[in-house]
Amino acid sequence: MATTTSEMAKPKALILSGFGINCERETDYAFEIARARPQIVHINDVIAQKSLIRECQILVYPGGFVNGDDTGSGLACANYLRDRLLEELLRFIESDRLSIGICNGFQIMSHLGMFPVGHDRYLTGDAVQTALTFNTSARYRDLWVKLSADPASKCVWTKGIGMLDLPVRHGEGRFYADDATMQKLRESGQVVFRYVNEDGSPAKGGPANPNGSLDDVAGICDPTGRHFGLMPHPEVAIHRTQDALYTLKRELAKRGGKDVPDETGCMRLFRNAVEYFK
Amino acid sequence: MAARIEVKYKEGIDSRGEVIRKKILALMKEGVITQGRVDSVEVVDAYTLNAALGGGRLAEIAETLRDPVTQDIMIGSAFRPDDVDYAIEIGFLPGVTDNVATTVRKGIEARLGSLGPDESMHSTRVLLIKGDISSTAAGQIGTAFANPLIQKIKLQRGAEFAKEGFPPYVPKVTLNDDPRESVIPIRDMPDDELKVIAKKGVIDPVNKKHRGPLALDADNAEPMRIIKEYFGGIGRDPTDVELECLAQTWSEHCKHTLFAAALDEGTSDPLPGGLFKTYIRGATEKIRAEWKRLGRDDFLLSVFSDNSGIVKFDGKWAITDKVETHNSPSILDPYGGSITGIVGVDRDAVGAGEGAMPFSHRFYFCFADPRILRALFKKKADDGTLEERMLSSRSIMDGVIEGVKDGGNKSGIPTPQGGAFFHERYSGKPLVFVGVQGLLPMEVAGKPGWEKKAEAGDLVVVIGGRVGMDGIHGATFSSESMDAGSPMGAVQIGDPITQKKLSDAICKEARDLGLYRSITDNGAGGLSCSVYEMAKECGGATINVDNVPLKYPGMRPDQILISESQERMTLAVPRDKIEQFMAVMQKHDVEATVIGEFNDSGRAVATYQGRTVLDLDMEFFHDGLPQRHLKTTWTPELYMHDSPMSDAPDDMTPLLLKMLGRLNICSKEMIFEQFDHEVQGGSVVKPMVGKGKVDSDATVTRPVLDSMKGVATTQALFPRYSEIDTYHMAACAIDTAVRNMIAVGGSLEQMSLLDNFCWCSSDEPERLGQLKRAAKACNDVSTAYLTPLISGKDSMFNTFKGFDEKGNPIKVDVLPTLMISGLGVMDDVEKCQTLDAKVAGDLVYVVGMTRDEMGGSEYYAMVGEEEEGRGKEYIGENVPKVDTDTNLKTYKAMQDAVHSGLVASCASVGLGGLAVALAKTAIGGQLGMDIDVKNMYDNGVVDDVERLDNLLFSGSQGRFVVTVDPSMQAKFEEKLKGVAFSRVGTVTEDKNFIVKYGSHDVNVFVDTDVGKMAESYKATLRGY
Repeated sequence: MATTTSEMAKPKALILSGFGINCERETDYAFEIARARPQIVHINDVIAQKSLIRECQILVYPGGFVNGDDTGSGLACANYLRDRLLEELLRFIESDRLSIGICNGFQIMSHLGMFPVGHDRYLTGDAVQTALTFNTSARYRDLWVKLSADPASKCVWTKGIGMLDLPVRHGEGRFYADDATMQKLRESGQVVFRYVNEDGSPAKGGPANPNGSLDDVAGICDPTGRHFGLMPHPEVAIHRTQDALYTLKRELAKRGGKDVPDETGCMRLFRNAVEYFK
Repeated sequence: MAARIEVKYKEGIDSRGEVIRKKILALMKEGVITQGRVDSVEVVDAYTLNAALGGGRLAEIAETLRDPVTQDIMIGSAFRPDDVDYAIEIGFLPGVTDNVATTVRKGIEARLGSLGPDESMHSTRVLLIKGDISSTAAGQIGTAFANPLIQKIKLQRGAEFAKEGFPPYVPKVTLNDDPRESVIPIRDMPDDELKVIAKKGVIDPVNKKHRGPLALDADNAEPMRIIKEYFGGIGRDPTDVELECLAQTWSEHCKHTLFAAALDEGTSDPLPGGLFKTYIRGATEKIRAEWKRLGRDDFLLSVFSDNSGIVKFDGKWAITDKVETHNSPSILDPYGGSITGIVGVDRDAVGAGEGAMPFSHRFYFCFADPRILRALFKKKADDGTLEERMLSSRSIMDGVIEGVKDGGNKSGIPTPQGGAFFHERYSGKPLVFVGVQGLLPMEVAGKPGWEKKAEAGDLVVVIGGRVGMDGIHGATFSSESMDAGSPMGAVQIGDPITQKKLSDAICKEARDLGLYRSITDNGAGGLSCSVYEMAKECGGATINVDNVPLKYPGMRPDQILISESQERMTLAVPRDKIEQFMAVMQKHDVEATVIGEFNDSGRAVATYQGRTVLDLDMEFFHDGLPQRHLKTTWTPELYMHDSPMSDAPDDMTPLLLKMLGRLNICSKEMIFEQFDHEVQGGSVVKPMVGKGKVDSDATVTRPVLDSMKGVATTQALFPRYSEIDTYHMAACAIDTAVRNMIAVGGSLEQMSLLDNFCWCSSDEPERLGQLKRAAKACNDVSTAYLTPLISGKDSMFNTFKGFDEKGNPIKVDVLPTLMISGLGVMDDVEKCQTLDAKVAGDLVYVVGMTRDEMGGSEYYAMVGEEEEGRGKEYIGENVPKVDTDTNLKTYKAMQDAVHSGLVASCASVGLGGLAVALAKTAIGGQLGMDIDVKNMYDNGVVDDVERLDNLLFSGSQGRFVVTVDPSMQAKFEEKLKGVAFSRVGTVTEDKNFIVKYGSHDVNVFVDTDVGKMAESYKATLRGY
């Protein structure tokens, strides 16, 4: 298909793959639905052709088990990327563009230093101030959770979003930072999502917080709000059939003479990113 | 020059230590670890860098191995707090795959360039234990958290540790200095000597010991005699390479000789064609003929020939499905056994047709009760000392779950479908079923995607992991019973990331570029099986063993050819595509090597150091093993069992609550939650459904993101019924698989089945007789429903022989087990249904006939176990029987009702009967129920059931529990015309769960609530 003008107007989303990343296809699909121009590219292809980063508007670190999580989730991959793409990534951050890390991608971004707190020295050791570590149960868990967006959050990805239902799937998702960092993170509007109870009340470390995250934090952003990381997986909760309670919601809607909307709340994240470039 | 780097979490962050401490305390309680006080456990991750690195470099590397926010590092030495009671270091034995070390090595090489051949990386883990424990306890902790078969455990007392700590750990493989083939003079060998070799293996010319089982000793070593004859005919003796490769290719594991054997010739029920041809493939052929007659679409593309069964999905895609077992490896090393099982079966998708991308996993485990400690030993020394204690049921369960978790999750393939069955007959050997479904393009490079053919002149290429000593004799080993001679080399460790890269390189790139002509897995039998099996497509192959990439030097050519090192595949690559193929592999970081060439010579050849070490006629190699002729027996007296004599209690509430907590019925949330079932975005009906998260009987997946087509998958087995009649055991498994798929929205017209037989002592005529009956049931039920079998596998010797804790010799046969896996293509997943009740006020129906079929029921097992002075299950006699004519009508009507949106929930009634299905419907919906079973009698859907406990818990097949919107009542009942059904009550808002006989309150015999039922249902495996 020839690239039309309207195609060109769509922001390009570069979706990293390879080395054990494993959520690139469904993430690609979510951006496709959101009318971005997603492209899945192997990390080694990006390294070989650095212009790919220059040409994209959205950089995506999908979920997975990059390098098998050996030596720590996302750590080996973060080293690999920093060693090879430092300048490109710094230039990307300086320009007005977006990135998102989901689950393992959040861990990679975190190790890279994409979320500086109280300064803007991205990708340096100084910027590694928050961490994602072993769940309190020290066990991998796959379960659906409820998230509530922090109204004070600067994040451009979550504009207009209140609460979301989606799954977590990780063994190392417990958000951690020291007290001072935590304080600054809250003050600077960098806390994006928190785990909440079914009725929307704070989880306060209870069962609704699946991993023991500090202050129930499920997602954070950088000081500009453009670079965003979260542990749960919005890319598999975009269609009604993916919802954990799909048949129940369908039945209840039917009794009310209605139909469940095709699209669920999580699509808003991807649409927001595309909107940003309009 | 080796240096140590240690990484430890800062105070209060690492949750692993506390989890380990709790497990130690639990094991102390169980008596596995000697009592003591454990105040805390800390974990240190240690790396040994066996390479010439300067101090600065070492510090630089160390920094890449930690997260500065949470972790501290120690460079060139160890964390040695002085208040530790015991320190335990766990590392890998020489030659065992160390995935973490591989990642570290790649990281270092990416920075500093390639390491030298003598340089290596190793990872270890140190547990720092504070408290007061004995040295015995410390040793026991070591073996509880490591496996001595593959890991090295080192202990240091606190004082010694504080002073010295553990030194760098460099496990080095030392093998033969001059590895070479040898000639085995079998032509002049006397029969008795030949028989010993046939069983125990070739005698090593250097150490004079048998190298490990050839398993060529069946029928009085008939296979070995045929080999002797062949070499007599060509006038030379075989090499060890030839014998080993023949043994692999002819193994029960690869050739399924029992399923192929002619049975009972000269009797009234002869099966000259054998079980497989007559009852399994034969049934599928009959079904296809019937479809043709009816003018129905034949959706089967490839059955019983490729690595997986392959069926049509839509115009663009086909679905592959395959289920394997990994039982023997899982008892030696539960984690390694199950991870290689699941990662291994994925290669049956990638190796199906031109390469299918795995999109969904299956699992099913048969374990002994993890709460019961039963000591089994493999060996008894001459002085009576018991040796080689088998792992506890708990350790086996934990390890197997952990392995499937890592294998599935790290591969990025969801694992939604599965379950677990517990019985003491699995205490000697667990059954570990693992399966995978793949998505295969209908067309690859202009040809049907499900076909493949290597051509003469194509290059033999191996990709993926390197070859080591792991898994040598795996195929021949699993064809043997478990006894003291079982080799330790049979253990392997999987590396899902290596395979993920391989799978991406093939399914996301090389396949669609048309860079190869044929592809297959390197599984059992290693290269000896994969290369020469593929060579059948063109007529021959020659490989150069010197070119096979090895993990370490010193392996003999026979070892290289039969090694079962994981994550490898064999491909036929045309010469003009090889350059491009290699470039794709390199980008994906997948090692690829040309090791030979396919040809049409009619010979299987291998050379080593310029000498021919294997040169066999292809026909003899593959078809030289003649059909076996076996006799079976069936002795009815063996299958008579007592039934309980006790009266039914008036209040059955406690019975129901206890039933819900039975291991075989309770929630498997503990397992499901650890397996990623959402990755790839296709999950529709999840492993647990409803607000109350109850286990679903089937799952639904949408494999193509922009399509609403889907697949329903399920699994079913009833091993306890084998104690009464294996025919009904098998029939019930098929009936349940079909029914489970109907319940979630599947269609009879698009269903297929997979069979996995896990038998025991199959050299005994009675066991073969049981097998014959089970296979006959497969034929009868699958042809009645026109649901074809498309793929299968058998594991025939699941028997443990050894000693109990008193030193008495014992033999534990698993229950003869047939697992049926169902695959149902769905046109529209939005027509799916789940079993949780949705709305208060809905009507509750029971569909299908309930009979007094308590034989082999979970209820009888419970009654027997709780009876004073008995303490073990009752089996009884009335095993559930499948009435295929009636059930077919029911299934067609229910299929229509579900697809028409007339039911608000639909549960397939399975183990535990009606009561469990009703309770799960209520728990799932977090709603109450008011049930009057007298309606069932009034509506004539009960056949001769006098006791209400039997009504609640009978195992009759062909039944559903359904809830219906009252406004749909007329339409629903109209759809079910001619089918047995009864409206039995309503869904209630109040969460009370009431079952009565007759409408008065005095007739209530179950009175509880959803909260209590949910607690019983969930509590059993919580905390495991």
